Amino acid sequence: MIVYGFINSIILALIALGFSITFGISRVANFAHGAFYVFGGVVTWFFLMKMGLPYVLSAIMAVLIVGIVGGLMYRLLLVRLRGLELSEVITTFAVGIIILELMRSAGIMGFEYRLPSFIPGSTEILGTYVGYQRIFIVITGLLLLAILYLFVHHTKLGLSFRGVAQEDHTALSLGINPDRISMLSVTMGSMICTIAAIVILPLGTISVDEGYDILLKSLAVCIIGGLESATGVIVASFIIGYAEVLTSMYISSTLTMVVPLACMLLILLIRPSGLFGKHKELEERI
Amino acid sequence: MSYFRVENLRKTFGGIVAVNNVSFEVKKGSLVGIIGPNGCGKTTLVNLITGFLKPNSGRIYFKDKDITGMRASKIANKGIGRTFQMVKPFYRLPAFKNIIIPLFSPKVKELGEHYGDKESVALNILEDIGFERDSSVPFKPASVLPHGYLKRLEIARIIALQSELLIFDELYSGLSLAEVASISPIIERFVEDGKTVIMIEHRLKELFRIADKVIVMDQGEIIAEGSPGVIMKNEKVKKAYLGVELKR
Amino acid sequence: MSDTRRKERIDRCIKAVTDDIFCLSSMREMGYLILPRVLPVFIVVMAVILFPLYWKKVMIITCIMGIMAISWDFMASCGLISLGQALYFAMGAYTAGGLNYYLGLPIYLSIPIGTIAGGLLSTILIFPALRLRGIYFSMVTLIIPLMLMRIIEATKIIGGTEGVSGLNSLPGTWPPIIISVTAVWLVLFSMRRLISSDYGLIFVALMDNDRAVEASGLNILWFKVQAIFLGSALCSFCGAFMTHYYMSVGISAFALDLSIFPIAASVIGGMGTLAGPLLGAFILGPLSEALRSFGTFRIVIYSALLVAFIVGLPEGLFHFLRRKYEQIERWTEEK
Repeated sequence: MIVYGFINSIILALIALGFSITFGISRVANFAHGAFYVFGGVVTWFFLMKMGLPYVLSAIMAVLIVGIVGGLMYRLLLVRLRGLELSEVITTFAVGIIILELMRSAGIMGFEYRLPSFIPGSTEILGTYVGYQRIFIVITGLLLLAILYLFVHHTKLGLSFRGVAQEDHTALSLGINPDRISMLSVTMGSMICTIAAIVILPLGTISVDEGYDILLKSLAVCIIGGLESATGVIVASFIIGYAEVLTSMYISSTLTMVVPLACMLLILLIRPSGLFGKHKELEERI
Repeated sequence: MSYFRVENLRKTFGGIVAVNNVSFEVKKGSLVGIIGPNGCGKTTLVNLITGFLKPNSGRIYFKDKDITGMRASKIANKGIGRTFQMVKPFYRLPAFKNIIIPLFSPKVKELGEHYGDKESVALNILEDIGFERDSSVPFKPASVLPHGYLKRLEIARIIALQSELLIFDELYSGLSLAEVASISPIIERFVEDGKTVIMIEHRLKELFRIADKVIVMDQGEIIAEGSPGVIMKNEKVKKAYLGVELKR
Repeated sequence: MSDTRRKERIDRCIKAVTDDIFCLSSMREMGYLILPRVLPVFIVVMAVILFPLYWKKVMIITCIMGIMAISWDFMASCGLISLGQALYFAMGAYTAGGLNYYLGLPIYLSIPIGTIAGGLLSTILIFPALRLRGIYFSMVTLIIPLMLMRIIEATKIIGGTEGVSGLNSLPGTWPPIIISVTAVWLVLFSMRRLISSDYGLIFVALMDNDRAVEASGLNILWFKVQAIFLGSALCSFCGAFMTHYYMSVGISAFALDLSIFPIAASVIGGMGTLAGPLLGAFILGPLSEALRSFGTFRIVIYSALLVAFIVGLPEGLFHFLRRKYEQIERWTEEK
């Protein structure tokens, strides 16, 4: 149980990471996140199954393509709406719906659409059977977190990311172009999202409805953990991850989706800035 | 009986202590200034007093009643009015309608029917405050008014609320000397009318001219209290504002 | 010495005249004011009478969706932007359906009770979120309906995913038409009066600066509750009505479609005016019917239009048209 909880948590963290990066840096809440996730999976599937390219190559192509789509979305649409938070949300949400429902109309449904596991088979850890795929997910997750940490704290681009996140006018006056950085952050967020999709989707089938669920889960993790906080994302993933596993084991597995949503509602009522959030203006509640 | 009293007020945000063990008293009919370098907790203090934030600990008493943690609208109805540092009027509404809003509050309703027709009350207040009567200015949407007028609108809002304790958060910011000179008499008139005023300010010269008492804050704590003359000579205050002199 | 040209907009002569008491001075001036208000009503009523049965039904649905759009715009004008309008619809739908199915109440009871109860239920559900600022509030409005959907699916109450059916229907073909058309115009004109009244001022002010409203001695939580109740009751009416129109209610009452349509209609038609969303609804409604054969692809169309308008013509059609009606643009020279 502990093992499953751990794995589930890392999965959640991976999913939420892309969203958190985009939001944390450019304040763009990319509500098309779920759509990008499924889209990334579908593109990989396309290259893999229909065009017969090797797995790794398909994966890389998918990551790049989704990244470009994300960047384009910013460049063509969002850049005109900068600052109008609401319009940004509605637009990204609409774009997400367009992508998801287009895929649904194109008939992407059913068992046919799945990505094969990288490494079949399983092993035993702490007394429970764990598929190699899941281990791979955990490793990827931890690696990604580590890389991102180093990037954000030690590279020039990473530092400018943080600068824009905190105060984009100041960053502008220092020669950093916030629009470009924001576009990059959306791109990066989409790419991370695709990577997550590629490693996690083999566990099941690619389904369009999952797109909405993914968005909700990412929202839940980010809100509970607090926006702009990497530690928050990790901690929140673990909380929700274990809560979900416990629910499905002891209560009922159909209610697992309710867990992240319920946690999110709870946090919004008690402490809207999240567990580790730094938005103190949210504390003001009238 | 004290008019307004704050005891051991404390507010933290996560790890930051914004207001630390602040206590002071304000006498009825006086004008108290609160000054301090940026980030010392002045606006947080105002938010705590007026109900926009809940303190972690400490008490606030108004006319000997405990108002700690009360809802902001309730505190406003008790007679404490405040202006906001970041002036944001009701943009889409014409200027005079901005003033009608407070006229809906329970407090004003309590004062009785003689208060009159809302529109004319609003226009009268605006005229008192310096808007030219018979011009189209009061009818323009608030979004087109220049800064000086917006500040006056903030004051008008409190007048409409019939507050007896008025708290101004950096009222003079962004105003020219001429504008400050024309607004100061309005503040002084409040005091003459028996109202009590607390002013958070950065423009020290103008404040010191009219204040009875000045409280100085730094890093969330009160470091000095007294009449303007005394404060000007206080070493700690100078250090807080100007920094420490490097010894050669 | 160069002369630069700039565009200026000034009110049309007739607009300036009719702004004041002079609007009563001649038929022309009065016509200018009355025309935009009467013409749409006239067109819709004519359409409803003259169109063949299929399109009559489309008009019914369009009118209902029009009410949803107006309600969204109203709440949005108070700063309460809801991404899950379907929730309010579903609350009314399920209440009316449940009352009819389990208690056998006739429709002239279940619809009104459904409206009020739906409004109350929605308000209670949304209440905890009312303290949140802007975007967080919107997120919660997105989450609650989805959560309820999952819960109903999992616990199978009130028929689970399938829902209940076999409910009483609205008698005949004309009553639904009359009800929906009357309702939509009633709602439009009364909401517009509300917003421009003194009481409505408070709601507008809420959006511009809610802290200032609070500091003016008005309990904004209470006013937000009122706004939500009003808006959600309108949508609950739609839900209750549609339940009896289709004689069944199920999890489709929470459909994403219902949440997106009002937003798309408002953006296309013009937010903030209450009439704009109605215009948007009248455009999107028939359009979506014409595309019915595409199934869920319709949502793609709404969303695509939504994005196109939000980026291209954010003020919406209504503002655009009104500007043309009331102002002229011309190039002037500056020296």
